Amino acid sequence: MQWETVIGLEIHTQLLTRSKIFSGAPTAFGAEPNTQACPVDLGMPGVLPVLNRRAVELAVRFGTAIGAEIARRSVFARKNYFYPDLPKGYQISQYELPVVGRGAVEISLEDGSTKTIGVTRAHLEEDAGKSLHEDFQGMTGIDLNRAGTPLLEIVSEPDMRSPAEAVAYARKIHQLVRYIGISDGNMQEGSFRMDANVSVRPRGQHALGTRTELKNLNSFRFLEKALAFEVERQVEVIESGGAVVQETRLYDADRDETRPMRGKEEANDYRYFPDPDLLPLEIDTAFIAAATRDLPELPDARRRRFVSQYGLKDHDAGVLTASRELADFFEEVTEVCGEARLAATWVMGDLAAALNRTALEIQGSPVDAAMLGGLLQRILDETLSGKIAKQVFEAMWAGEGTADEIIQARGLKQISDSAELEAIVDEVIAANPKQVEQFRAGKEKLLGFFVGQVMKATRGQANPKQVNALLRKRLQG
Amino acid sequence: MHQFSLARLAAGLAAGEFSSRELTAHFLDRIERHDPRLNAFVTVTRDAALAQAGAADARLRAGEAGPLTGIPLAHKDIFCTEGVRTSCASRMLDGFTAPYDATVVERLKAAGMVMLGKTNMDEFAMGSSSETSWYGPVKNPWDPARVPGGSSGGSAAAVAARLAPAATGTDTGGSIRQPAALCGLSGLKPTYGRVSRWGMIAFASSLDQGGPMARSAEDLALLLPAMAGFDERDSTSSPEPVPDYPAQLDEDVKGLRVGLPREWFREGLDAGVAASIEEARRVLEGLGVVFRDIDLPNSALAVPAYYVVAPAECSSNLARYDGVRYGYRCEAPRDLEDLYRRSRSEAFGAEVKRRIMMGTYVLSAGYYDAYYLKAQKIRRLIADDFRAAFAEVDLILGPTSPTRAFRLGEKTADPVTMYLSDIYTIAVNLAGLPGLTVPAPMAGGLPVGLQLVGDYFQEGRLLNLAHRLQRTTDWHLATPPGFD
Repeated sequence: MQWETVIGLEIHTQLLTRSKIFSGAPTAFGAEPNTQACPVDLGMPGVLPVLNRRAVELAVRFGTAIGAEIARRSVFARKNYFYPDLPKGYQISQYELPVVGRGAVEISLEDGSTKTIGVTRAHLEEDAGKSLHEDFQGMTGIDLNRAGTPLLEIVSEPDMRSPAEAVAYARKIHQLVRYIGISDGNMQEGSFRMDANVSVRPRGQHALGTRTELKNLNSFRFLEKALAFEVERQVEVIESGGAVVQETRLYDADRDETRPMRGKEEANDYRYFPDPDLLPLEIDTAFIAAATRDLPELPDARRRRFVSQYGLKDHDAGVLTASRELADFFEEVTEVCGEARLAATWVMGDLAAALNRTALEIQGSPVDAAMLGGLLQRILDETLSGKIAKQVFEAMWAGEGTADEIIQARGLKQISDSAELEAIVDEVIAANPKQVEQFRAGKEKLLGFFVGQVMKATRGQANPKQVNALLRKRLQG
Repeated sequence: MHQFSLARLAAGLAAGEFSSRELTAHFLDRIERHDPRLNAFVTVTRDAALAQAGAADARLRAGEAGPLTGIPLAHKDIFCTEGVRTSCASRMLDGFTAPYDATVVERLKAAGMVMLGKTNMDEFAMGSSSETSWYGPVKNPWDPARVPGGSSGGSAAAVAARLAPAATGTDTGGSIRQPAALCGLSGLKPTYGRVSRWGMIAFASSLDQGGPMARSAEDLALLLPAMAGFDERDSTSSPEPVPDYPAQLDEDVKGLRVGLPREWFREGLDAGVAASIEEARRVLEGLGVVFRDIDLPNSALAVPAYYVVAPAECSSNLARYDGVRYGYRCEAPRDLEDLYRRSRSEAFGAEVKRRIMMGTYVLSAGYYDAYYLKAQKIRRLIADDFRAAFAEVDLILGPTSPTRAFRLGEKTADPVTMYLSDIYTIAVNLAGLPGLTVPAPMAGGLPVGLQLVGDYFQEGRLLNLAHRLQRTTDWHLATPPGFD
């Protein structure tokens, strides 16, 4: 039997607002427990929610970026359930009328093709607090700092057919929310959390199989591994005559397996109803225009432009537009040095390697775009050879200054002065009569030897093109 | 002093005839003397009241006083008061001290009013007799064997017994108007959104509205501007400007068109109440008011719709009382489920539990459309009835409650009979309209309430007509025996 995998993702992304979605308490991460929770977040008697306008603007930016319809009228609803980290006994979310309607994103697959993944909806909601089971012997601690943090829940269509596609989609959404500045996407801090719905069906069958929901997927790697495990598990269950049970399963990264979630009531009836404390959210054209006015060029469009404008390969354009910061960096380097392909080579090569080595993000690079552009200028005007340029780059990385400062300080300027080079070439020829004889006898390969000698004599600073030309002239002379 | 109107009190304070401290002490002494018979107060804040009075006296001396500065009042114990227990008359919040003031409390405090204490009520405002309080029932000053109405029964009893010149109340289905009617007071439920709900403990958020309770329409007109107005902390509060209500009080009512809903004068209405309303109607006719019969065809659906919507919202609003962060927590819970189950079972009274269960039921999957959604449709129909009526008349007049004060325990065994006590007030909440009650002539030694309903934000018109009535009658001046 050939099996087909069907995957849909629900992604919760924390919106970059200063204060919470329904209160004025700050959203900064990492504060002492319960120091960033005001009476509204604590669900005190008599408190009322007031919608954070910024959260709505960010949701509208997302909707616009995926070509979705922005609902002119959406409604906040209460999702009722009891849990200690849910202070009010209900979560304020959106149910029947979400703020962002149907949209789509395009993902690139391994084989170079692209695929469109539908986004069913995206809605605003508040986050719950955190239950802390460590440090409290036999008891549970509650930290409500996170309670009320604005989230955008992005729900995809069941359009993905493999774990790899699911990861490509998740990465795409991750790239996008960061690109348009609505979330920092920080997965360690829980700013980007993924749940996956997965089922399998015999290839060719139209009806969907019974799905399971996978929770606790906080990295792309775990997403892929959990899905791979779960697909295999479901196929095994069915092939051994069993039936998949619709349930929520947790991924255990340590054991690399999924298992049914224990304890939490499964058949929860959330008794959704419109929250009477909040008026329906009305959004007009002017609001949308204002919220999206400074929306940047989106990654797909930018990638296409990099190919057409700079003549980059599509793959390279994809790498360089992975984040807005990287793409901005590349464009600034290009602007400074005037040569896009050289800029691309360096940004994806030496710079990326150095960032990788030191586990830094592009924003934290000690070599900024102007500095790298300055270095590339010196390559283009032949002040530096490629090899010396690498040394200069390392010196810049170490904080020794700009390329020009380092060239000056280290005396690394390429020797392009013909008279000076001619003298050195003559010396080398004079010092190696045997090799000269062999060369002249037709052993042309020896040119490399002479170049090496000149380079050695100049400590690598000789302009290789000139050295080549001079040597040929003299040796053949 | 305890018989003085708010205007008279303000004049006395301004003239230095008495100080706010003296006035406040006078009311505190009356509370001490009379309240044990009534149980109108759950908390009396003597020291804080005298300190506030002292501050008010300083403002009065400095010439920085407003029309309410130095005048004492009582707050229903549903309004959060910083540093003072806010119980909602529930065991659940018996030990709860609010960390902030409700907007209503804050605004009246800013106006210089002195808080005497917090008044008793039905638990979480669920009830029509003030018998469901964790602190025991409130007695009607007119007859201590009878209920004062509810849920704002403590506020009503306190003002009727002259233990406070005025009080705040909240009205979800009649909780200001019905107790005011049963105690012989004037009470106003403003338009939904007129008064901020911030800090007012929620029962049914789409229906709850705070308002003043006092002894005359004029007093209400003085209190309302200090309570009303937009509040950025309440998204449902209205940006509509607050008019100068006192300035409208004396406007001519000649030619005013007032509708009498046929549905409000049918079976179920006590004959004594009907006769009293008719007498009041004739007085108003004498003032030039033009009456005509109108129809509110969906009136009979109001109580059933209300007992779907209000419990639904309450079941969700009261979910926060879980024993985790504040409020009552059961002894030695075995686990989380036990903590929830016992804390809530032990701390909520029977009526609150009944409504939580009803509300949970009507919101459940499979029942939502049949109950909650249908009730919301009925709600629109009821609002449409009123809209159609206000195309023909300026105000609507009728009884506030079908009966006079009933005996303690008389209706506690039969919730539905109790619910029908609000049969004329509930529709007004469902539509979000302003409603006012003023005393009609007494019947059999007990007060009767006359209800006026206006179009949205027409509080000024309601107060105007009520004041003109009170200028020509003395029904509102009657004092319960033993409290004059």
